[in-house]
Amino acid sequence: MAKPKLKAHVINREWCKGCGICVHFCPKNVLELDEEDKVVAARREDCICCKMCELRCPDLAIEIETE
Amino acid sequence: MAIKGYIRERFFPHIWCPGCGHGIVLNSLLRAIDKLGMSKNEIVVVSGIGCSSRISGYVDFHTLHTLHGRALAFATGVKMSLPELNVIVPMGDGDALAIGGNHFIHSARRNIDMTAIVMNNRIYGMTGGQYSPLSGYGTLATTAPYTNIDNAFDTVELATAAGASFVARSTTYHVQQLTKILKQAILHEGFSVVEVLSQCPTYFGRKNRKGTAADMMEYYKNNTTPVGSTAKKENPDLIERGVFVEKEMPEYCKEYDKIIERAMKESS
Repeated sequence: MAKPKLKAHVINREWCKGCGICVHFCPKNVLELDEEDKVVAARREDCICCKMCELRCPDLAIEIETE
Repeated sequence: MAIKGYIRERFFPHIWCPGCGHGIVLNSLLRAIDKLGMSKNEIVVVSGIGCSSRISGYVDFHTLHTLHGRALAFATGVKMSLPELNVIVPMGDGDALAIGGNHFIHSARRNIDMTAIVMNNRIYGMTGGQYSPLSGYGTLATTAPYTNIDNAFDTVELATAAGASFVARSTTYHVQQLTKILKQAILHEGFSVVEVLSQCPTYFGRKNRKGTAADMMEYYKNNTTPVGSTAKKENPDLIERGVFVEKEMPEYCKEYDKIIERAMKESS
């Protein structure tokens, strides 16, 4: 299977509560919390589309869109 | 997102605290249902009272939000009247094993076809952090400021002893395993119990100095082991996760149908 290619980190800022679970467990350190404690993809080019953030998000607030 | 089709978006963001494991259980449950390709109309989610039980309001299936501890009793009624439905019963640890302890063991004993999910955060979160039957000896709670002296149930052993025909455990850290187990549990014909270790950073975590939600999930990562592993023999304190029981047994609704048939024959 070809490597999935990242299209976008779709983040629902209304739903994100800034718990930091996705930031903590991201294997490539792609995610960060911004000054409002909402997740942002600070280093999106490092994303390997493993989707662990999406699977572990308690708020269904992050989705990895692939091509 | 495919799973967005299974939720009532109008109620989001949900009421659970930042980092609450129950949201991860919801996430995994929706993925399991999505992978099974089930229609929304064939699923009934029945819950009781507590943080965990709010889950029924967020899912777009047939849902019942019932009395504290009585979710399995209501679910039994639903299943007996419409056995073709898939009944899923998410409960908290207090809901399932204290107030609802009797319903839990007898549903297991009857082997009625439904999936009981015990979302174990080891505390009563909604009411302010009282100790639950799964808090365990030596833990701190609002009602145990000098430590708890009650021993905890082992949900897996309890369900097994009570006769459940599918018994499993996973955690909110092990989301891929959790989704797989939930799929198996839903497909299993008979009473399925899935215990999910689910962090409560607000009460259990804060009272017991367990750190952030992510720290509590690190704990699940470092202190659990697949069932039957050699690591467990070396370190008996590790919590086993995986499928403990999976057996075929006569299912209650099917047995009841036979009774109806027998009675009809004799009366005709």
